[in-house]
Parts: sequence; C-alpha cells; structure tokens
Amino acid sequence: MRGNLYASGNITRIDGPLIFLKRSVNVGLNEAVAVIGQDGQARTGRIAALDEEYMTVEVLESTEGLSLSNTRVRFTGRTPHFDVGPGILGRIFDGIGRVRDGGPPVPAEHSLRIDGMAINPAARGKPSDFIETGITTIDLMNSLVRGQKLPIFSGGGLPHDRIAVQIAGRARLRGQEAGDFALVFVGIGVPHHTAESFRRAMENSGALEHTVMFLNHASESSTQRLLTPRFALTAAEYLAFVEGRHVLVIMTDMTNYCEALREVSASHGEIPSRKGYPGYMYSDLAALYERAGTLRDHPGSLTQLPILTMPSDDISHPIPDLTGYITEGQIVLDRELDRKGIYPPVKVLPSLSRLMKDGTGEGYTDPDHPALASQIYAAYARAAQVRVLASVVGEEGLPAVDRQYLGFGDAFETAIIHQEDSRTLEESMAAAWKLLNMLPRDELSRLSDAQIERHLTA
Amino acid sequence: MSEAVLSQISGPVLRARRRGDFFINEAVAIGERRLLGEVIRIEGEEIVVQVYEDTSGLRPGVPVIGSELPLAIRVGPALLGRIFDGLLRPLSMDIGYYVRPGLSELAPCTFYFEPQVEVGHVLPHGGVFGRILADSAREQRALLAPNIGGRVISIAPSGDIRDDEMVCELETESGERHRVAVSHYWSVRKGRPVAERLLAEQPLLTGQRILDSLFPVARGGKAALPGGFGTGKTVLQESLAKWCDADVIVYVGCGERGNEMAGVLHEFPELEDPRTGRPLMERTVIIANTSNMPVAAREASIYTGLTVAEYFRDQGLHVALMADSTSRWAEALREVSGRLGELPGEGGYPAYLSSRLADFYERAARVTTLGGDEGSLTLIGAVSPPSGDFSEPVTTHTKRYVRCFWALDQSRAQSRFFPAVHPLTSYSEDVEDLTPWWEREGNTEWPRIRRRFLTLVEQQAHIERMARIIGKDALPPKQRLTLLAAELVSDGFLRQSSFSLTDRYCSPARQTAMMRLIDRFITLAEKAVEQEIDIERIQKMAILRRLRRMGEELGDNQLAHYKLLGTRLEAEFAHLVGEAGRAG
Repeated sequence: MRGNLYASGNITRIDGPLIFLKRSVNVGLNEAVAVIGQDGQARTGRIAALDEEYMTVEVLESTEGLSLSNTRVRFTGRTPHFDVGPGILGRIFDGIGRVRDGGPPVPAEHSLRIDGMAINPAARGKPSDFIETGITTIDLMNSLVRGQKLPIFSGGGLPHDRIAVQIAGRARLRGQEAGDFALVFVGIGVPHHTAESFRRAMENSGALEHTVMFLNHASESSTQRLLTPRFALTAAEYLAFVEGRHVLVIMTDMTNYCEALREVSASHGEIPSRKGYPGYMYSDLAALYERAGTLRDHPGSLTQLPILTMPSDDISHPIPDLTGYITEGQIVLDRELDRKGIYPPVKVLPSLSRLMKDGTGEGYTDPDHPALASQIYAAYARAAQVRVLASVVGEEGLPAVDRQYLGFGDAFETAIIHQEDSRTLEESMAAAWKLLNMLPRDELSRLSDAQIERHLTA
Repeated sequence: MSEAVLSQISGPVLRARRRGDFFINEAVAIGERRLLGEVIRIEGEEIVVQVYEDTSGLRPGVPVIGSELPLAIRVGPALLGRIFDGLLRPLSMDIGYYVRPGLSELAPCTFYFEPQVEVGHVLPHGGVFGRILADSAREQRALLAPNIGGRVISIAPSGDIRDDEMVCELETESGERHRVAVSHYWSVRKGRPVAERLLAEQPLLTGQRILDSLFPVARGGKAALPGGFGTGKTVLQESLAKWCDADVIVYVGCGERGNEMAGVLHEFPELEDPRTGRPLMERTVIIANTSNMPVAAREASIYTGLTVAEYFRDQGLHVALMADSTSRWAEALREVSGRLGELPGEGGYPAYLSSRLADFYERAARVTTLGGDEGSLTLIGAVSPPSGDFSEPVTTHTKRYVRCFWALDQSRAQSRFFPAVHPLTSYSEDVEDLTPWWEREGNTEWPRIRRRFLTLVEQQAHIERMARIIGKDALPPKQRLTLLAAELVSDGFLRQSSFSLTDRYCSPARQTAMMRLIDRFITLAEKAVEQEIDIERIQKMAILRRLRRMGEELGDNQLAHYKLLGTRLEAEFAHLVGEAGRAG
C-alpha cells in the first residue's frame, strides 16, 4: 500500500500544525503521510492519534495555505523512513533528508526508520577506545571514548564552533590514522553563515568527502527542526552499523531543538513543565542521545558531540540540566576565560567525562594518567577556593602553601587550558607533570610516592 | 477470555470497546504482535489501556485480548545472573541488537531439584519444599507462592527438572488440589506477604567508609541518594551493588543510560564477590529500562524489581535493591498521568506521587518469611533533582520516607572528591540501632569517633567562613589544627576511589583501624599544640602523608601494617615533643 493511497475532501478542521480528517483509510499510529496543498507542495506529516471516525495528522512543516477542500493526504503505510546508501558521504541534505547541494538524488540501498530503535542494553559494546582530540582539558582531564555522547555546554559568542571543527579535523585513535572515520554534521536551526563556515572548514581540511551534512536553517519551520537530528542520526547509524565506520556526530545547536520542542508542544495544547518545556523533554532528548554507542562484536561506533548554548549561561536551565542527566559528561565553556583570551575556554571544574575510567590508564593510555588527572583536579579546585579567600583578605593574609596554590591556578590556565596548537596526550601529560612541580610534594596526596619519583623533577 | 476492539489510540494510551468483563490491572495482549498492556481504567463499555511497548502501527479495529490475570511476572530460580526489561522479559543477545516490540518471557530452564518434604507433610503458605542447584548460581529454594499451602500429596524425586514443570501436588484444607512448579507467577503490583516485620539490628555493609562509618544503613533499611548530574550517583550505586554484603542484588536501571547497563554487564561477570569468591553477576538481577525504552514500562520496572527482590527475601536471603533513578520513575508517572488528563499537583506530578513513594520505600524490611526464615530487603533509591535543587517534590517526599539520606554535593564532585556524600547535609537514623553491632565487632569507640569526625567537619565550615574575613594566618593555632584535622578526616578517611583496586572495598576491620589511627593523630596533635608546638611542624610530619594515603596504600590484606603505622605515629609525636622540650 506504499505511496498510492490518497484521501481528499475529508478534512474537517485545521488547527495549528494539526489536521483532523475523517478516517477513510485503514492507517496505523505514527505512520508517515504527505500533505499536499493547492500549491502542489508535499509537506511531511505523521498520524498522531486515531479513533474510529477521525484521524489526527501532525504536519511537520508549515500549514500555511492549506484549506479544507483543496488538500490531499497521501499515506505511506509505514513510519517515517530515510533512504540511505554509500552515496550519502560528501553530500548535503536539508532537515528532512532532501538533497540540498543541487546534486542528483542519492541511490538508496537501505530504507531505515528515522526514529531508530532502542539498542538492546545486553547487545551494547563497552566503549573503551580513547579518542585523542588534541585538546588537553579533554584528553588529559575529561577523555572522550568511542561510543560516548559528550556535549559541549557553551554560551552565545563562545568559540564552540571552532572547537567542534578542531575536534572533527583532529579526532583519532592513538597511533592510528583516521581510517574508516566519518563525520555527520547536523546544523539545527543554524544561521546561514555558521553552516557555510563549517562547510568551508571541512572543505579546507579535506574532510568533506568523509562528511554528511544536514542543515536546517534558522528560517525553516520548527517542526522540521524536530526531525533534523532524527534524519541525521539515521544516516549516522547507517554509516556506523551497516558500513562499519567510526562516526562522529556533531549536532549544533541543541538549544534550538529544545525551543522547537517547546513551541510544538505548546501548539498541541500540552500541559507545560519547567519553564514551559514539555514534561517529556527528558525522554525526547534521550531518544536522540541514546543512539550513541557501540555494538557487541560488531564493527563501527557512533560518538556524539552535541553543542548547546546555555540560555543566559545558566547551567541549571532545563536544557543543559536534562542533557547532563542523559549524556556521559559535559565540557563546559566559560566566558571569563574567553575574555582572558584563553582558548579553548574550558571550565574544567564542572566539566566531566563519565566514561574516562573505561578508556584511560593501564592498557589504554598511560598507567599514571588517571592519578595525574585526579591530582590536577584536586589542586585546581583548591586553587579556586584560595582565590575566593584571597579576594577578601588579599594574598598577604594567606599562608605560604595557599600562595603557591594561587600561582598554580594561574599557571594552569595559561599553560594547560590555553593552547595554540593541538597537543598529543604525551605532550599534555608532560606539561601537567611540569606544572605540579610548583606545589610542595606533601600536598600531592592523589599521587603515590613512586609516581612522584618517576615524574617530578624538583 | 474477554475481548475488546481498539477504538482510539494516542501515544502509549489506548481505548477499546469491550465485549466481556475486564478488571483493573488486568494484563492484555494487543494486535497480532501481542503487545503487552495493562487495564488502568474502565468506563462503561470502554476500557483504557496503558501499553508497555512502542505503539506505532496500531489502528482502530485491532483486537485487545484479556489474560484474566493481573500484570504478573514469573519468579523462579532462573532469574539470577540475567538482565531483563521493565516487565521481566530477558534482554540477551538472542533478541538481536535492538529491542523490538513484542518480547516474550524467559524460556524454561533446567535445574537440579532436591525435595525437602515428604508426602503427608503440611506446608504453610509460601513454604519451602525443595532445594535447587545450578552450576552458575548460588543454591536456591523452591518456594510455594505466598497464597498457596497444604498437605503434600506427591513430590518429584531428586533430579533434573524444568522450572515450569509441576513437581509437587498439594491438597489445601478445603480439599482443593494444586500442582506447583519451582517457579510461580506473582502480581507485579502486589507486595508479597510476610509472617512478621522485625526491627533492624545489623548494618548492610557497603565497604564505603563514609557510609558504613558515618551514615550506616541497616539491613532492611531504606536510603536515598540525591544528587545533581555529575555528582556520582551511578558510580556509588554501582559500588554498592558490587561490594555490599547482601546475598542478592536487584539493580533497577530506570530511565538511565544504556552504556551504563552495558558497563555493568561487562564488568560484573569478571568481578569476584569478596565473600564467596564467585563472580558478582551470579548474585545479581538487572532490570533495565533505559531512557529511550518505552515510558510506561519505566513505571512498571520499579514494581517488577520489588517483586523479584521480595521473592529472594522470601527464600530467607538478604536482598538489596538499587533503583537508579526514582526521579525518572516519578516522571513516567507524570507522563502517563498527563495523558489520562488527571489534575496535576506540585511540579506537574500527580497528587498521588507522595503515596506511591511511600508504598515503594515501605516495602523495605527485615522480616520473618512465611516459611519461617529471616530475610531482609534494603532499598537504595537514587534521586535526580532538576538543577540539583533538593527542594523539588521527588526529593522532599522521598526524604519523608527514608531513614538514610546520602546527599551528594556538587562542589565535592567538581574537585573529584568521591564519594561526594556531604557529611553535613547527610544523615542516618539507623545509627543508634547499629552501635551495638560495631561494638561487638571490636570498634568500642565507634560512636565517639564518629561524633568527633562529624564535629570536626562542622567546625571546619565555621572556621573557613571566618578565615575568609580575617585571613588564615591570623587564626589561633587551635583553629588551624582543627582545619588540619578536618582535612585529614576528609582526605584520609572519607575519600575513597571506586576505581582503585585496593580501596574500592573497605572491610569493617580496616575502617576501624583507619578511624582509630586518625583519631589518635588528632588527640596527639591537640596535645602537641597545647604544649605550644608550632602547627607548621605538625603539618610537615612524614606520618601525615602516610595517613592521607593509607586507604590507597594499605589494602585489606595488609591489616598488620596499620599497627606499624600506629607505632610510627606514636614515635614521631614523641620525637616532636622531645625536640620541642630540648629546644624549650
């Protein structure tokens, strides 16, 4: 029954994105439809509710120009699918999987459900392959592993795009070249120039041929915005688990996605939860983020690096808050560091990688890597505390040890956080060991005597 | 069997026109894929059904078939060592890489059965009639369902049996006959009855110093673990699941991450239970409803976990249930309640949130089982308050029903101080009940040292506030010593890495040794300060670094070294005081 069933003249009501029509065809819940108006343009939609007499179609694009009499609905008989094949690499699509680069359509080899399916927890692999990003605050202190979802919590005007491009161009397993690496870039409600500058950056680094881009412009409809990551993740899953590649998905900006979710929920008349966002936002975001992972005894991996801008830099806002509960850590960017000219301005204390323990240490990176990261964290946290003290009583009122911590904190920001070029993990670790020489050895309680002996010179 | 025809569907809730009688909480099968649902409302000719699977493709006209049974799960010897979904359907590699709608329950397994009753013997309700042995799991008991008992008419001999095979026949007092297997069905939503509830008297040892020594939970107790994201709830829950001294662990991953479940599944079979030497997985049952699995099943997963846990308790075992996270469960309640159009209460949660939480935590208990044994069920629930704010409804209601509150602190977590349990905002109401146990274990001064540690941390907070104004250097030596001592308590005792091979588990004997050493150090340091010895010199003592790192450096197999450390401590202080005496 695919693609050949029409209903017309049965529409009784149009209300925002919802069309109510008499049930003349035996369709199932969540099946995809195309709504065709007088202009002949097909708008994607899905069956949102059904009863014996009526069905409700949610139109995922603008309903502008639709009328009761001149609108036809075409049923596809299945939930929304995306046709993918090897030809998608190097191509650019719009938010709902239509070719946007002026090229020919992509020959389809597989037709996949855009909602994906929940990965069987028992069939998941354990992510443990350390990815070197070249950024010390990530590699050394919040390591990323294949199959992880690690968002960047940013703010308007902070260099999150630059960091994303840098990671995309650089990310590799230690001692290996990119190999079967593929990149999926998803622009959700992004301005034209962001999309364009990202495309150029990928082109310059020669990575475009390993890249699939999905662009939903800020000027396009909110409902399409909700589909963009779903189409993109379907393509990513195809590349990862059908073709067996290691896929990195960069999604920017998830805040736009959540705003669209709120807008659409409100137009459905649903009861809002915190700050007007729908109560199901956690489950909805989880349905996207949980598509990251690896499969047991199966090649390929899907790693996600979503970027979101925290409204008024507030980490307790529902968007970063719910994201943080789902993802495996977060990298937080800081305006103060950015103003000091430190790049990348990673605020290390609230940053975290939950899977770090699985991909670092003996057998993965360096046996002393975890202890070093822990010691650096402890020392920098102490330095931050001392700064608060010093801001009131001044440096003079501090004991000698605390003054040493102050010096350590400043040096940490300029020598470790700040970096002009990418660093290998070895370079990052060497810089960190060197820095620890600034502190008395009695203070280094997270390191063993042997570790101090091995790495500290003073 | 009653039938109904689907008339309306939207999301996970459907309505159907009935052609027969249905009852509330009856399990139903929907459509040709036989999706699992539960009747949650009956309105005249219509029933309202909550569906536990993806409803895509369902349409009006599809049959909805009643099972004449409440939503029930089959509990039996095959549960240990496996992972299930929220309705106890196995998630193994057999079902493929993805979870598809229409899973089926666990296929029958074979076990060695040994009868423990003879013909003519009268069994109480829920009584024990045999032993079950398996290669890859602990010994278990064959239990009657709690609503069945009577005189044994026949019983199978020792030998291999299937767990759904009828091995025993009973005649009840009223002359009814029942044939029973070693497994039985029990309603997901009905607590299993017990003979008597008992008071707590033994701790559930977790191997985590800050919990066992400062905020202990009793066997049969209930604890909540609230914390914002990134404060280490899951790592702590997993540490508890690994090292606590329960016989059986039921781990409910409720709306959490798939990779975490995968981590547990990869790690547990390789870890050894320190008490039995067997793989940890053999004592574990995992119920997983990850955050992208159907929401309605999330609501049921907690009850499924409880029923499984109570089944093991009824075998006379000590069971601990970890629920991560109860907030996701509450959100599932909210979502389903919203779809039913119920009036929302605080935070959009249904008004019955508080009573549901009470029901959940009240099922924790130390009991005498129907079979006459002692068993216990300890509940440990993680809470994920939005933006780490403990005044939200789930945390506040939970606080009313638990006896232990292990509050996780953002700033501790940010300096990578784990476990990030904050000593000043956490509490345990089980302390008094458990003091005699610690005293019997030889830690006669437990209450005093515990109090001393807590007081020090409290004073530290006061003094630091003051130091912010006058400067640390201006503090009198006594207060600077308090700061030093509090830091030692934090660094040397409370901090414990879950990822360290030596320190991930700490036995009560080692906790006692460490507590005493630190206590002794503080006493001697206080004396030294009274003798006007410079605080800087105490700070520079070599023993201090050893004390701060002893958890990491001296494991449970090196208890003798703690004695040596004690001798060194006395000697160093004697030297210090002696030197000062000579100088003076």
